[in-house]
Amino acid sequence: MIGFLIGAIRLGATFLLGSTGEIITQKSGNLNLGIPGVMCIGAAFGCFSESVYVTSLNGGEINPFLAVFIPIMCAFIASALAGLLFSFMTVTLRANQNVTGLALTTFGVGLTNYVISQVKSTSTFSVASKYFTTLIPFKYTENTQWLKLFLSYGPTVYLAIIIALVSAFLLKKTRIGLHLRSVGENPATADAMGINVTAYRYGATCIGCGIAGLGGLFFIMDSLYGYWEYAIEAMGWLAVALVIFAVWRPNVSIIGSFIFGALYIAPNHIKGVTFVQTGLLKMLPYVVTIVVLIITSIRNKKENYPPAGLGLNYYREER
Amino acid sequence: MNKTEKIKREPLFHIVNRGRDAIPWWKGMLIRAAAIVFALAVCAVIMVILTKENPIEIYKTMFDGAFGTERRKWKLLQEIAVLLCISLAVTPAFKMQFWNIGAEGQALVGGLATAACMFYIGGKVPQGMLIIIMVAASIVAGAIWALIPAVFKAVWNTNETLFTLMMNYIAIQLVDVFVNIWAKNGSAVLSPMSEYGLPIIGDKKYLLNVIIVAALTVGMYIYLKYSKQGYEISVVGQSEKTAKYIGISVKKVIIRTMLVSGAVCGIAGLILVGGTNHNINTNTVGGNGFTAIMVSWLAKFNPIFMILTAFMIVFLDLGASHVTAMFRISSDICDIMIGIILFFIIGCEFFINYKLKFRSFGKGGEAK
Repeated sequence: MIGFLIGAIRLGATFLLGSTGEIITQKSGNLNLGIPGVMCIGAAFGCFSESVYVTSLNGGEINPFLAVFIPIMCAFIASALAGLLFSFMTVTLRANQNVTGLALTTFGVGLTNYVISQVKSTSTFSVASKYFTTLIPFKYTENTQWLKLFLSYGPTVYLAIIIALVSAFLLKKTRIGLHLRSVGENPATADAMGINVTAYRYGATCIGCGIAGLGGLFFIMDSLYGYWEYAIEAMGWLAVALVIFAVWRPNVSIIGSFIFGALYIAPNHIKGVTFVQTGLLKMLPYVVTIVVLIITSIRNKKENYPPAGLGLNYYREER
Repeated sequence: MNKTEKIKREPLFHIVNRGRDAIPWWKGMLIRAAAIVFALAVCAVIMVILTKENPIEIYKTMFDGAFGTERRKWKLLQEIAVLLCISLAVTPAFKMQFWNIGAEGQALVGGLATAACMFYIGGKVPQGMLIIIMVAASIVAGAIWALIPAVFKAVWNTNETLFTLMMNYIAIQLVDVFVNIWAKNGSAVLSPMSEYGLPIIGDKKYLLNVIIVAALTVGMYIYLKYSKQGYEISVVGQSEKTAKYIGISVKKVIIRTMLVSGAVCGIAGLILVGGTNHNINTNTVGGNGFTAIMVSWLAKFNPIFMILTAFMIVFLDLGASHVTAMFRISSDICDIMIGIILFFIIGCEFFINYKLKFRSFGKGGEAK
């Protein structure tokens, strides 16, 4: 049982980062449907830089810090650049957000597959994965077994939770967060107040994409132990679903991500499930998301609404 | 105070909405064509770097990949038919500003219904009867899949973009489940049921599909442009308040339009399963539901232009995959190229809708 929960939380980190990034983006009023593509890009460039680093050592000593730091930086920068592309298209050129997002996903998945096909030895990923999954050295006794639930993760899970908590705090309690939310709710009013709508949308989208890209990287490095798999796109759509599930709150998203992680890996942990039941279980996260979406719209509570300006481009001279 | 006061100058340029004095349509077309030429040039540079071949050679290979043989031409037509069919389906909803990104799922359940008919009653009823049931089942399945988000949107204003997106994945899992039930001895792959497919006209396997979609295109054009319902759709899309004011029931229009949208998606599923593959898997629609959104949007929701945009995307796809096969480079380049071209075309709309007004030099550039 404890193994199952740990697995759920580990996988949850991927969803958590993806959804936190998307929440920040959506709070600014940009509905970025390119998140699956962005997560792929993050994973691809992170892994690519890792393999470049490991092969450049020629079998020499791997510096654990660099082995973690280089891919994280590369993943963040590459995904943030994808976010920059999205913001340029939607904020500056005022292109339709849905269409741009879907194009970004197509582009991102293609780019990812290409980058990975250029990697000479994918085995370097699993070499580097060791450092992503280093656990806290802690001697468990009979009575402290339950501590495993909190302590047996690599740095990635803690990083994901910290990022989510920090973003929740920033969004809710700080001036920057207030401005960001006002830009997403009513850009015209924010603009009248002297808030730079363009800058906030650019910033939120780029940082949000960077965070989401880390989710893609951690999925490969932590959950899959460096084994490359083309499942990141599906993870990305689940992360988008999680945004709704968490009603646009990163702190709720922490719990939500663990639930999504549990639902995702449940079929592998329950003995004697048939193919059919596996399929039905895999359907659950989406069904739950729809139910949440419906309930929030029926309950009609203002604080559970999507940002009012979500998906709409702002143009000052338009009425 | 004087210290903080900056010399105010007009910015280098500012952006003006063209609004009423929109540029003539031929200029718009020219801008779009220029964007495509630019995009193709960028793609050519990438291809040349990767293959180190002459770019003209590469474009020749692309044409060869799309039109080279009789078989490739039919393949091109078939792919256009499927993509166009789904694009037609999403169009009325988009015109109404209802972001139905669930076409993938709606087409997939349409296909699933077709496959179910073939699997359960194929051979037990006369072939003509089976085809009628298949057509009805696929249309109803697609329509129901679209109806669910439409009802919630109409009654409670539930966000349709996210709702329809989720419905896609439920449809995919549903197909996965049924394929596992139907597949023999747990192989998880369904063997083709070719004997129960749609009839083949002459010896042209895809001709019927092309005819169906051609008829649908004309039908959709007339529906949107000349029917009362088409008019209501565009009024709701322009302004819901106006629609309410002139007595259009917005709820009714939303639900009715989504039924049409879903039904046409169902037909796309029928074409894919009944008329092409005689088989179904989770990848049957293969992302066409998402591509269709771009096809429809690029054509400005005009069914006739959609033939062009669908042709362009399919041509690029088939051509680029032929290039990658001939020059032995990774086939993922196709997706990257299509992405680049889409970005260019999406971006060029800006120059059609807006005008850059540069600061007039010499007049001192004082801000008003």
